[in-house]
Amino acid sequence: MFNIRCPWCGDRPAIEFAYGGDASQPRPDAPEALSDEAWHDYLFIRDNPAGPHAEYWQHTGGCRQWLTALRNTTTHEILATASPGQPLDGERT
Amino acid sequence: MSRYSIFSLARNALSHHERWPEAWRSPDPKPSYDVIIIGGGGHGLATAYYLAKEHGITNVAVLEKGWLGGGNTGRNTTIVRSNYLLEPNAYLYEHSMKLWEGLTHDLNYNVMLSQRGVINLAHSDPQVDAHMRRGNAMRLNGIDAEFLDRKQIQAKVPILDCSSNARFPVMGGLLQPRGGTARHDAVAWGYARAADSRGVDIIQNCEVTGIRMEGGRITGVETTRGPITAKKLGMAVAGHTSHVGAMAGLRLPIESHVLQALVTEPIKPVLDTVVTFGAGHLYVSQSDKGELVMGGDIDGYNTYTQRGNLPMIGHVVAAAVTLFPIFSRLRVMRTWGGIVDMSMDGSPFICKTPVDGLYLNGGWCYGGFKATPASGWVFAHTIAEDRPHPLNEAFTLDRFARGHAIDEKGMGPAPEAH
Repeated sequence: MFNIRCPWCGDRPAIEFAYGGDASQPRPDAPEALSDEAWHDYLFIRDNPAGPHAEYWQHTGGCRQWLTALRNTTTHEILATASPGQPLDGERT
Repeated sequence: MSRYSIFSLARNALSHHERWPEAWRSPDPKPSYDVIIIGGGGHGLATAYYLAKEHGITNVAVLEKGWLGGGNTGRNTTIVRSNYLLEPNAYLYEHSMKLWEGLTHDLNYNVMLSQRGVINLAHSDPQVDAHMRRGNAMRLNGIDAEFLDRKQIQAKVPILDCSSNARFPVMGGLLQPRGGTARHDAVAWGYARAADSRGVDIIQNCEVTGIRMEGGRITGVETTRGPITAKKLGMAVAGHTSHVGAMAGLRLPIESHVLQALVTEPIKPVLDTVVTFGAGHLYVSQSDKGELVMGGDIDGYNTYTQRGNLPMIGHVVAAAVTLFPIFSRLRVMRTWGGIVDMSMDGSPFICKTPVDGLYLNGGWCYGGFKATPASGWVFAHTIAEDRPHPLNEAFTLDRFARGHAIDEKGMGPAPEAH
């Protein structure tokens, strides 16, 4: 079990959060202008790193806010958390 | 290779079982091979075996960074079945089921296949409908399936709480009578021994650290035991598919997650079939030693740690006790985890890659063990012929781009949901 630092609620056990997947690829701004290949890459392709991984979580058992986290996938250490769209420096924004 | 038989057993009994020959050699890697398989789990070893047996390609090495079957082959819950809805899955897994049924004799190694039946429970009208639909699809594809009502389930599994007071009352279940379990370690060892006897070099403690290419074509690998050249390279590395693939410049539709399992202390026989509780994430069977072997869902976030966290174990145990009140006072002896390569539609990849001479076998999610024989069989064909067999031509990397995902559960590109 590990804790995730919610930018609003502080350190809380991971069981309070729901995983939202890879946050390293931002959703494309203008989908209608996007090529099929770029859509495919956004939807289906993952870097899947062994190490720091940017990802979404939602604090479903708490404030229900979404957040981004940088977590080491080989140790489960949470390196930083932030409000989505903000830099992952661990500070509340 | 000396064959195992009642006579070899008697002969070795006379020498107090101290003179059994080694089951496979441990050669040093040669400088060059026709085919190198990365990954000495069930899939990699089966591939090497069928390359030699079905295609006459024996200048083959299997490179394993640890020990044989030390990854997911030795970490699964040993269930084999072919109860799939979609045709590509049904055909592949049923081919596997048929290979399972002859595997012990084919390998001259007892894989302890026990066709004790696999029951998928249903707890609601829609689930009953879905199970009946899948059962009908299976029968149309030549696979055995039988829908059991609540009374039949209760008769088959007396310790299951089928009362109307249950938290999720059982309404019926889909039985595949030919499904069951197999001894997972024996599958790796049996394939290793049979492949070795046909000339395949099995090289343990040899990690691939780089892939050599020239003009978009595979030329060999870098390993912790030196460089080795190869004309063709097959990957069967499960949870590490993304990072081995990256050595050849591939970006793949895969996430690595941890799937946990556990066993209880051994008890006398109480459960002679496999029961799965899809609504609550549990599958359970009883091993020959008497332990109850249980698994559930993946923990649900990307990870490369071969260990999970307690909440999922608690969830699995809670589901087990809900269905089987008799289990409530058992102690859990061990829990463990394996890293599974979750694909974007829950189905595997057994295919060529954009790199000439590089072949991919991965994305098995948590369904890889039962597929081991067919996976090796079609992967060997794909490598030997440089084109897929009809049984695996749907399992390509470009199926998402073409709109041909094989989404058995209809979950979409959310690996944590498959």
